Amino acid sequence: MSSVTSQLSSRSLSLTDLVRKSSQTERALFALIVLSLYNAFFTTNFLTVATLRVNLTQVATIVIVAVGMTFVIGSGGIDLSVGALMAISGALAPKIFTSQWGPLSNEWIGIPLAIVIPVLVAGAFGYFNGYLITKFSIQPIIATLVLFLGGRGIAKALSDGNLVEFNTPHFSYIGRGRPLGVPVQVILMIVIVIVAVWALRSTTFGRYVLAIGGNERAAELAGVPVTRVKRQIYVLCGLLAGLAGLIVVAINTSSDPYQVGDGMELDAIAAVAVGGTPLTGGHATVAGTVIGAFFIHQVRYTLISHGVPDGTTRMVIAAAILVAVLLQRPKAGWR
Amino acid sequence: MSEHPPTPPGSQDVLLEMRDIVKVFPGVVALDHARLTVMKGEVHAIVGQNGAGKSTLMKVLNGAYRKDGGTIVLDGREVDFITPHQAQVGGISTIYQEINLVPFRSVAENIFMGREPRRFGLIDWPRMNREAREILAHFGIQLDVKQPLLNLNVALQQMVAIARAVSFGSKLVIMDEPTSSLDEREVATLFDAIHRLKASGVSVIYISHRLDELHEVGDNITIMRDGQTIEETSLASVSKLEIVARMLGKNIGELRREGTTGFAERKVDIESAPFYRAAHIEAEPVLRDASVELRKGEILGLSGLLGSGRTELARILFGADKPDQGSLTLDGKPSPIASPRDAIREGIGYCSEDRKAEGIIPEMSVRENLTLAALPTLTKNGIIDPNEQQAIVDRFVALLSIKTSDVEQPISQLSGGNQQKVLLARWLCLNPRLLLLDEPTRGIDVGAKAEIHHLIETLADEGMSVLMITSEIEEIVEGSNRVTVLRDGQTVAEFDRAQIGQDAIIAAMAEGSDPMPDTVEV
Repeated sequence: MSSVTSQLSSRSLSLTDLVRKSSQTERALFALIVLSLYNAFFTTNFLTVATLRVNLTQVATIVIVAVGMTFVIGSGGIDLSVGALMAISGALAPKIFTSQWGPLSNEWIGIPLAIVIPVLVAGAFGYFNGYLITKFSIQPIIATLVLFLGGRGIAKALSDGNLVEFNTPHFSYIGRGRPLGVPVQVILMIVIVIVAVWALRSTTFGRYVLAIGGNERAAELAGVPVTRVKRQIYVLCGLLAGLAGLIVVAINTSSDPYQVGDGMELDAIAAVAVGGTPLTGGHATVAGTVIGAFFIHQVRYTLISHGVPDGTTRMVIAAAILVAVLLQRPKAGWR
Repeated sequence: MSEHPPTPPGSQDVLLEMRDIVKVFPGVVALDHARLTVMKGEVHAIVGQNGAGKSTLMKVLNGAYRKDGGTIVLDGREVDFITPHQAQVGGISTIYQEINLVPFRSVAENIFMGREPRRFGLIDWPRMNREAREILAHFGIQLDVKQPLLNLNVALQQMVAIARAVSFGSKLVIMDEPTSSLDEREVATLFDAIHRLKASGVSVIYISHRLDELHEVGDNITIMRDGQTIEETSLASVSKLEIVARMLGKNIGELRREGTTGFAERKVDIESAPFYRAAHIEAEPVLRDASVELRKGEILGLSGLLGSGRTELARILFGADKPDQGSLTLDGKPSPIASPRDAIREGIGYCSEDRKAEGIIPEMSVRENLTLAALPTLTKNGIIDPNEQQAIVDRFVALLSIKTSDVEQPISQLSGGNQQKVLLARWLCLNPRLLLLDEPTRGIDVGAKAEIHHLIETLADEGMSVLMITSEIEEIVEGSNRVTVLRDGQTVAEFDRAQIGQDAIIAAMAEGSDPMPDTVEV
């Protein structure tokens, strides 16, 4: 009897040890693997190319937005406006390529502009966020709340409040195209992730982002151009949100100002947090964010494919985020 | 100067007696058998350098901290307040530098908050406003007590805080640096209130770095150093110079001691023309008329008591703050420096006295911290050159013998001395022409201290200029080629090598007696 108890306690001890020594990113990866194994055995059709492709297609937009969010959070900020920026960019694109006005009616001019301009507009709104934060010292959560609330209104105004449907195969290619069988947005995602990993590690910009997140006053005194870098961060986040918005409307061949990017800000923040980037800033991991995005997406996929209602799904995702944040506390453990 | 309190303990007139007070924080003894005796109806000054234990002693008294040893006797009864609220009920009120009142509530509400006069379970507004007016009138202040507190200036807000203390029936009011943000007229109002408190039998503990004020309002003084009570005496019997000497732990007339620091005797010819000068700088709320000049290859000691404006002046030289008045001249032209980034471009570096808040980026590695300021020079098209970066890191870790197991180790894991060396290296790798060092050896062990002294000297020999701010008088005396002394935000004295002496510097810090040499003209 006593030997059993001691065995049990020694096993649980070593497990606690394992949890304590591992990084948050490793823990998220472990959780993702466990979840994938579960799905491999208990979810029909999980291990098929079609399912894999659908999952990758769906996770790509979360990853793209969450990469931008990783830079924002790494600098000690937060961006609640990404979902609304997706809606603005998604509403703007059909406006451009369905335009009958002169040169835009030509597909070869209209479609490239319908991709470039919405992304740049989303970037400009990102600059607006950064401007509010740096110029007036408004806390990021409040500054980006402005567009979180107002941005969808702008998107609605752009589309006259209606769902806009279109049939423009060349535009939809960025959501539906599959060169060599790989969805276009998955290729975009991979490129963005690789560039982001490299930028965070090897560029002055990446170093400045983390220096500001780690100790803004010290960074300023070490000559880091804090104002400029912060604005660049929010522009970057806006550009990526704009791109994600285009992908969503391209997949749907329609743009609904109420639906595009709805709830994306929370998915992105959750992916960043679960992946091991502390919300206090100063440290960031793009790879962790990718794992976090896959994890959150797969939790949702698993629950939905097993017929769990949407409300419960949300609660489970909320619980997963809570666990992740609790584990992130310095010297993880219960007080 | 007697070593005993002016009135023996146990006397009828003693209001407060703190004996053998001990307070230990992890790794630090903050109070080491400190004592304090306050008489009824007196204004009692407490002075001491940063870290001497004044604030800790007050926090033990008002219940913000629990003491680890000693006894506190208030009005003949032993007390041990656990919370500031208890202390307030027990008759001790504290008026902090930052006033802890509620800005959007009315003056009357602030005075009576938590004890509003009630009638039928509701607040009796007419009575509350009337009594608030009466209390303020007692201090010769007439104002509309229904207006929100934020309408008042800082001095009047302080009056409200004092009125609140009085309405509590406080026997003792603690004032921590009450005049630090007041102008002269407001100071006069405050002193008037203090006199009235005194007249009504209330005792005041008055903490200030402004020595002139002490003699104006104070009766007795307690001088603290390193957590101990060094001196308790009457203010009439002690000069400002003596106070400063005791605070710093020096005897007047003590000869200059050699070899207590890592500085060797330097005999270098300093180019006579200054390349960077700040003239008649004014900046609210501290600097009033501060001037300083820097020449190539010299170590300039910037001396002064806490609150004299040393750090503020250094920050202005570095572009971290902007002066309200005065001129900055770099290389004979108006200075183009408007930000730290500009200053760095002009070859100036700055090590803050607060390493943790303004120096290190704790999550970042030694390598990343060391190269932070140098990144623009290590970068092509925004991409960091890893080889060049590694070469710099290796060179400076070796040069300054920074003790780290791995340059990828987070800087927060290093000792204070090694962190400081990394921060010095952050600037040295830029090969600056001027380094502004604010308390470069604070919180550092003796060995690392000597190394840093030696390093500063070597750099100056190689032509770099150093502006060194330090509270340790030995560092100033032995390390500097020239010394500029600030007092209350004004440059009051300058000494060149031949004139540098501990007594003269202490005298200038305390009284500014040395006539200001005619060196500043722009």
